[in-house]
Amino acid sequence: MSKSTGSKSLFGPDSTYLDYNATTPVDDRVLDAMLPYLQGNFANPSSVHRFGRVARAGLDRAREQVAALVDVSPSQVIFTSGGTEANNLALWSVLSGSTPGHLMVSSIEHACVLEPSARWEAQGWRRDLMPVNTQGRLQLDAAIRLLSDDTRLVSLMLANNETGVIQPVAELAAEARQRGALMHTDAVQAAGKWPLRFADTGAHLMTLSAHKIYGPKGVGALIVDKSVEIDPMLIGGGQERNYRSGTENLPGIVGFGMAAELAASGLDERQQKLRALRDTLEGALKAMPQVTIFGAQAERLPNTVQFALQGIDGEALLMQLDRDGIGVSSGSACASGKTAPSHVLMAMGVDEFTARGAIRVSLGKDTTKADIDRLIESLRRQLAWVEQAAGAAAW
Amino acid sequence: MSLKLPVYLDYSATTPVDPRVAEKMCDCLTMDGHFGNPASRSHPYGWDAEQLVEEARANVAALVGADPKEIIWTSGATESDNLAIKGAAHFYKKKGKHIVTVKTEHKAVLDTCRQLEREGYEVTYLDPESNGLVDPDKFRNALRDDTIVASVMHVNNEIGVIQDIKTLGEICHEKDVIFHVDAAQSPGKVEIDLANLPVDLMSFSAHKIYGPKGIGALYVQRKPRIRLEAQMHGGGHERGLRSGTLATHQIVGMGEAFRIAKEEMAAEGERIQALRDRLLDGVKDMEEVYINGDMEQRIPGNLNISFNFVEGESLIMALKDIAVSSGSACTSASLEPSYVLRALGRSDELAHSSIRFTMGRFTTEEDVDYTIKLIREKVDKLRELSPLWEMYKDGIDLNSVQWAAH
Repeated sequence: MSKSTGSKSLFGPDSTYLDYNATTPVDDRVLDAMLPYLQGNFANPSSVHRFGRVARAGLDRAREQVAALVDVSPSQVIFTSGGTEANNLALWSVLSGSTPGHLMVSSIEHACVLEPSARWEAQGWRRDLMPVNTQGRLQLDAAIRLLSDDTRLVSLMLANNETGVIQPVAELAAEARQRGALMHTDAVQAAGKWPLRFADTGAHLMTLSAHKIYGPKGVGALIVDKSVEIDPMLIGGGQERNYRSGTENLPGIVGFGMAAELAASGLDERQQKLRALRDTLEGALKAMPQVTIFGAQAERLPNTVQFALQGIDGEALLMQLDRDGIGVSSGSACASGKTAPSHVLMAMGVDEFTARGAIRVSLGKDTTKADIDRLIESLRRQLAWVEQAAGAAAW
Repeated sequence: MSLKLPVYLDYSATTPVDPRVAEKMCDCLTMDGHFGNPASRSHPYGWDAEQLVEEARANVAALVGADPKEIIWTSGATESDNLAIKGAAHFYKKKGKHIVTVKTEHKAVLDTCRQLEREGYEVTYLDPESNGLVDPDKFRNALRDDTIVASVMHVNNEIGVIQDIKTLGEICHEKDVIFHVDAAQSPGKVEIDLANLPVDLMSFSAHKIYGPKGIGALYVQRKPRIRLEAQMHGGGHERGLRSGTLATHQIVGMGEAFRIAKEEMAAEGERIQALRDRLLDGVKDMEEVYINGDMEQRIPGNLNISFNFVEGESLIMALKDIAVSSGSACTSASLEPSYVLRALGRSDELAHSSIRFTMGRFTTEEDVDYTIKLIREKVDKLRELSPLWEMYKDGIDLNSVQWAAH
């Protein structure tokens, strides 16, 4: 069986991956943890025989590891097929079966919070989209004013996937709790990059995903406060104590567990390293003419930079960067097939022209100074071409 | 080949990942592999992952005679069943609110139907015949003018019987009812040609066919087009029917598992059937042994036997060197008798004394011979300890015994 031998990219030594917010490669230690559960310890964790018990032990251990990442008890972890399912489940579990009332989500949430919330709105719920300021941070006062006595659920992400801006979840949660509302936070992008204790967020529900923290795709979790009763969305089989049916994705869950364990340690050093690289990049960007770095004044994840170079089309820039072997994106991967400008930037009041030029660079644990230098060099080269072309056109 | 203990005879609960599948999966995980997000459109990491996802989709489609565009990835058969039944029931609710299914379906179907009942739908749960098969006439009679969906599994997970989905599907289409088939247990064991089957929706799982857990698919017919209300939103993956980042390695694993099955199912089926028959031959002369489910319309690798006067759970404990189950894995922790066997009309006693043996790709003759030897020994031993067995041997009709209350 082939096994990873290092951190060399499939696309050769000259390619640079700078899209870690879209997905991360699986850590070699995570892969090592997963492998035994594909073939040796392959049983169905619900089986009562010896094979099943070994599988069950792996499941229990992973649940402890994920619980430890956010400092909760293992019984508060519900494994799902990923962040999207966990976000859908968070809304479903609070809203289904109750008489429609009020719900609030921020205008910069991921599509897998926004779209389900719109579905609930179509079923009679009043929905408010909480505004953000020009830096991409929630307007806390405005959000608090939207709270009402029949507000059932408030959902605010911990860190935005495009800008990396950290949101005032704990502050809003305190207010929401006072009004009797439940608080949900999508912590998919914050995990592993930002300090993350469930209790500190004040949330009742928290979404996690494995593939953003060097774990495998296809597995995530919903962390649930002990006071909250969950109404299952996927039914039939009774796995996850009836909260989420379906045979457990054991290798995926075991990989998630190991990824969570790795994410829980060495956060400071990781942050420092990423911040230094990010600052190098931003220093160079700031020296370029007419650059906009979105959310630059706000507290942000140390690995994320979203920017636009005035006068340069985002799609053209992405293509050119790709030709130079650099993989970045314009925003979220899910929306990257769409032509609409980023809803996050639009919510920040960025004009559509600038928003269409946006490039998101997200760094990860394998990112080196050389990668950043290559990106800067490529950007400079393109700026020079544009200037040259503009000069030629003027002439 | 030497015998490895314990012997795994629970392939219907789950299968190990085939080494060829595992290898493909591992190539999609780390930095030197295809780890990109298939939805990333701005770099080769994403394009490359997307291409692998589409190759896998073609492999899955090829085994079941579908068009790749008719295959929607899900997190497994449970999600596929939920999406198919709720999705169709919700989308077509204006047409009617009646659903037909069978009492021997998997919980993923039955519990979904129960939930729809709470939402105001009406569900008919048909009894199968004593051999586990659905009588087409009874099925036809259950369909009403307001029936919108009928759901019948292809192969039963406990007794391995194969339903005549062609006939049942034709009845559905005569009556303009959407036909969903839970086929979690059948690919690679029974030929499926959706191009020529009157089936509108079909659920698949990877981990029952030597692929990984946590991935499945739903076949959604395009011509005529079957519409569904999505159950998971956000991102618009899978043409809006199922959002969420596609798990490349899982999908690639499922594709490879289906590809291998297409190549090897004929030879494998023969080999496994010989093993199954060997097991049956080895125990059928025992006293008070009952086979559950039809032996003709049945997948090769399944044998479900009730050993009368032996309690199933005690037998499983006694057979600790063989991994078998007394029913489906999902319900194996419960002490209730199998609802599938009860639906066949088996008594509680016989349902309680049943064992499901399911053989697969890595089962050997040695495994089977060891199993036969162990069963004969342990059943005899347990029966020796059973007062009921003693009474039976003494010729007392247990049904006529008046039990004294204590």
